[in-house]
Amino acid sequence: MVVQDMPHGTLPLLYTFHFYLFGIIAIVSALLFVTRKSPVAAALWLVNTMFSLAALYVMLDAQFIGVIQVLVYAGAIMVVFLFVIMLLNLGQGVVGDARGLGWKLIAGAVGVALLAQIFALTRSRTPVNLTLPAGYTAQQVERTGAITPIAGPLFNEYLLAFEVTSVLLLAAIVGAVVLGKQRGEGDAG
Amino acid sequence: MLAEALFFSAVLFAIGVVGVLTRRNAIIVFMCVELMLNAVNLTFVAFAQSYGAAGQVFVFFVMTVAAAEAAVGLAIIIALFRHRQTVDLQNINLLKG
Amino acid sequence: MIPLLQAAATAGTHPLTGTIAEWVWLVPLLPLLGFVINGALSLASVFHAGPGDPALAHGEAHGVDDGGHGHAAAHDDDAHGATGDDHHPVVRHRFAGVASIVGPGVLILSFLLAAAIFLAMRGAGEMTAPFIQRYFSWMPVGDMHIDAAFQLDQLSMMMTLVVTGVGMLIHLFSVGYMQDDPGYPRFFAYLNLFVFFMLVLVLAGNYPLLFIGWEGVGVCSYLLIGFWFSDKVNSDAGKKAFIVNRIGDVGFLIAMFMMFANMHALDFTGVREGAASLPFGGIVVTTICLFLFLGCAGKSAQIPLYTWLPDAMAGPTPVSALIHAATMVTAGVYLIARTNVLFSMAPVAQLVVVIIGALTAIFAASIGLKQWDIKKVLAYSTVSQLGYMFIGVGSGAYVSGLFHLVTHAFFKALLFLGSGSVIFAMHRAYHHTDNHDDAQDMRNMGGLKQYMPVTFWLMWIATLAIAGIPPFAGFFSKDEILGGLFARAQHSTIASASLFGIPGSGWLYFAYLLGLVAAFMTATYMTRMMIYTFHGPNRTGEKERGHLAEAPWIMTGPLVVLGILSAIGGWLNLPEFAPLGRVGALEHWLDPVVGESTARVMAGAGETSASLEYTLVGVAILIAVGGIALAWTRLKPESLVPKREAAPEEGFEKVLVNKYYVDEIYDKTIVEPVVGVSRGLLWRGIDAGLIDGVGVNGSAYLARFVGWIGSQFQSGQLGTYAWVLVAGVLAVLGAFSIR
Repeated sequence: MVVQDMPHGTLPLLYTFHFYLFGIIAIVSALLFVTRKSPVAAALWLVNTMFSLAALYVMLDAQFIGVIQVLVYAGAIMVVFLFVIMLLNLGQGVVGDARGLGWKLIAGAVGVALLAQIFALTRSRTPVNLTLPAGYTAQQVERTGAITPIAGPLFNEYLLAFEVTSVLLLAAIVGAVVLGKQRGEGDAG
Repeated sequence: MLAEALFFSAVLFAIGVVGVLTRRNAIIVFMCVELMLNAVNLTFVAFAQSYGAAGQVFVFFVMTVAAAEAAVGLAIIIALFRHRQTVDLQNINLLKG
Repeated sequence: MIPLLQAAATAGTHPLTGTIAEWVWLVPLLPLLGFVINGALSLASVFHAGPGDPALAHGEAHGVDDGGHGHAAAHDDDAHGATGDDHHPVVRHRFAGVASIVGPGVLILSFLLAAAIFLAMRGAGEMTAPFIQRYFSWMPVGDMHIDAAFQLDQLSMMMTLVVTGVGMLIHLFSVGYMQDDPGYPRFFAYLNLFVFFMLVLVLAGNYPLLFIGWEGVGVCSYLLIGFWFSDKVNSDAGKKAFIVNRIGDVGFLIAMFMMFANMHALDFTGVREGAASLPFGGIVVTTICLFLFLGCAGKSAQIPLYTWLPDAMAGPTPVSALIHAATMVTAGVYLIARTNVLFSMAPVAQLVVVIIGALTAIFAASIGLKQWDIKKVLAYSTVSQLGYMFIGVGSGAYVSGLFHLVTHAFFKALLFLGSGSVIFAMHRAYHHTDNHDDAQDMRNMGGLKQYMPVTFWLMWIATLAIAGIPPFAGFFSKDEILGGLFARAQHSTIASASLFGIPGSGWLYFAYLLGLVAAFMTATYMTRMMIYTFHGPNRTGEKERGHLAEAPWIMTGPLVVLGILSAIGGWLNLPEFAPLGRVGALEHWLDPVVGESTARVMAGAGETSASLEYTLVGVAILIAVGGIALAWTRLKPESLVPKREAAPEEGFEKVLVNKYYVDEIYDKTIVEPVVGVSRGLLWRGIDAGLIDGVGVNGSAYLARFVGWIGSQFQSGQLGTYAWVLVAGVLAVLGAFSIR
């Protein structure tokens, strides 16, 4: 979404409309996700949230992350979740999965309190002097492509962390295999 | 759009928290955690637009960790289900010494 | 004076520089070396004690004497023991030979070195400033600089000679006296350590270092009183000595604090200079002196802190002779003489010292009249004589007090060693026949002169010396104290002062009177002791009589030397009316240290007239002779019965035998309330209730309660954990957002 022509604060109405639209979709989907009894339905609503988030990422000039979001989260992780749900045959909503009404009310109050605190903090603690000029990221994407802005730091400043991530993934794979293996099978063979 | 993105992010995070607090199905709780991670990712991306692309790198890492976590976590849930025939957290108290 | 002292501080100008006096550090170091060697021997024998080790077979309690009552108990234990063999074969300690050479050897070397230094000082001519050797900086704190420094002047030289000389003789005596003791090297280790600390005390160049020696001798005194510690009586006596001394030490410490606060110095020369800026007779200097005297009263057994010294006789007799008669207990006298500048500026404090000294002298002497234990008689005699010394130094007649200190060291060491010799013989005799009677009770002695003639004659010399019969040592020193007191009562700064509204001269005349009465009593109780011990019929027992014998030469040898010193010790400081040699040698010798202060106290008074002086001397001799005559004519050793058959005393005699019940009064008024408060309030209330209950157990209960609350959270329920986690997040974020 190229907005470099526009000075900050005067984004096109269409852009703003879409931003709000996807945001609201994400929130509504999330609400539906937590309230569904059936895990399958819940998972699908979560996928919906993630798609919306991907759209928001793209609109925030993070096209690469948006793609990854669709591929990894919506595409891979959530599919694994669905697989597991089906594998364990949990498709039907378990009666009484959610806690009692009292707990729900308290949880809602906690959620509101948390929200209020986060708002209070975001209002007071957003640094202004570090802010890049409006449209800088978009211009960078225009100039170098969507991958380069993230690839640069990833393979320079954060190279070690990036490599360690591969070790983390390897460990996760090994761990998942070990945990998922049937007990006794390993002993037998 | 920073303020709006942060607002959405906060709401999504709070929904995730409420989900963790109210649901007992281990898989749904897990998914709520994923939702919270996504909310944080949105914050990162929003800030990355205003403060530099390093924030996106963090999103990348968060996704990696989330993937690893999903793999291990779901494997644990499967192993747990094999033992207990349930994923209801109320029936699982192995953490009690 | 002050410019001279400053001159001495700059190195290289002192006449003693480059002489043997620079080796003064070796004088105390030699006994320390002996302590290390003997201590190592003692430890080695403990660690390698095999089945045949006598220490294991008989226990530590089997000494030559152990303070009376405890001994019989020890024997009873043995008699009822599994072995049933009460007649122990005498086995010497395996390292006794080495210890016999090292123990007295270091003292002999030390004495020879001290004597060489003394000769060097004589050769150096007039020495007006002390010879100060600084070894290292000990406590540089802020503007307080305390060096580990030795100060060699006429006073410390005199004390060093007494300590090493008398110490050497007593060490030699101990070789014989302690020969069969299982703790033989340990005894010499303690004794050497004591001499080390005593030398540190007298050679120290400042008050803190003196205090180190002061406390060190206290420790050694404690160790040696409780030498036969397996008897509770002995270890209790050691504890009593230690604790009573601590009361005095608090006074010493406060005095040091005040000195530093007011004079910014703790070394002797610094205090001397600093004293000049204080007002004469002011409250500060008087308080300092009174607190110092509290320390002296503890160490030198003056009223009200004297009660530990008679109990200290529980230690071996050489210890009583060295520590509790000749050296350590005179440390208080030395301290006052060392602080003469301050005391001469505080007439009220001097009055207190004189009065306390005089009261102690007569009080202890009266108790000594009715004691049956030979060592207890000598113990009260020591307390009484220390009172005389305090009269001397207290009245500003420092030389006379120190003179009496020296002569007393001679004759009292002789008396104690003589009594040790007697006890040694008695014990051997009883040992031969397995008799468990008290070897120290005079009612069990009598007629010993035919069995131990050397001891008998030497003890009589010492008795005449302490009684004040010319020309023996005690006559000159005691007469000088009383004469000096009389002169000061007539005219001095002390006589001009007043205490409790009574003029100082009145107090001094009163003290003089007390001193005379005490002198009379001294003559009486000493004669009584001699009569009951050596004269009359023997009451030891038919079987034992044959085993009574004179001690070996290693014990009688030192006795002879001390006897000679007791006889001629007076020549150290002959008075003008008896010019038998050089007059006032000691006075002349000590003049650089105490002369100025003495002159200050005398305040320009002239010489006492010759007729008055002769009258005073005549009175003193008359009183001494009278005391002896009274005892000689009134006491009937023939009618005395052994201890086991003796009837209990009645009336005032009972009060005297029980030492005026002072120990009982202290028990009731101080010990029991303190123990009661300690037990009831401090222990049960504060310690058990508050500290243990609320503090220790309470905090444990609190921790357990908090832990219980924490454990309630650990339900194993993931949901609960999530709730707690969120609550924590809310709290943290709340803290941030509120800020």
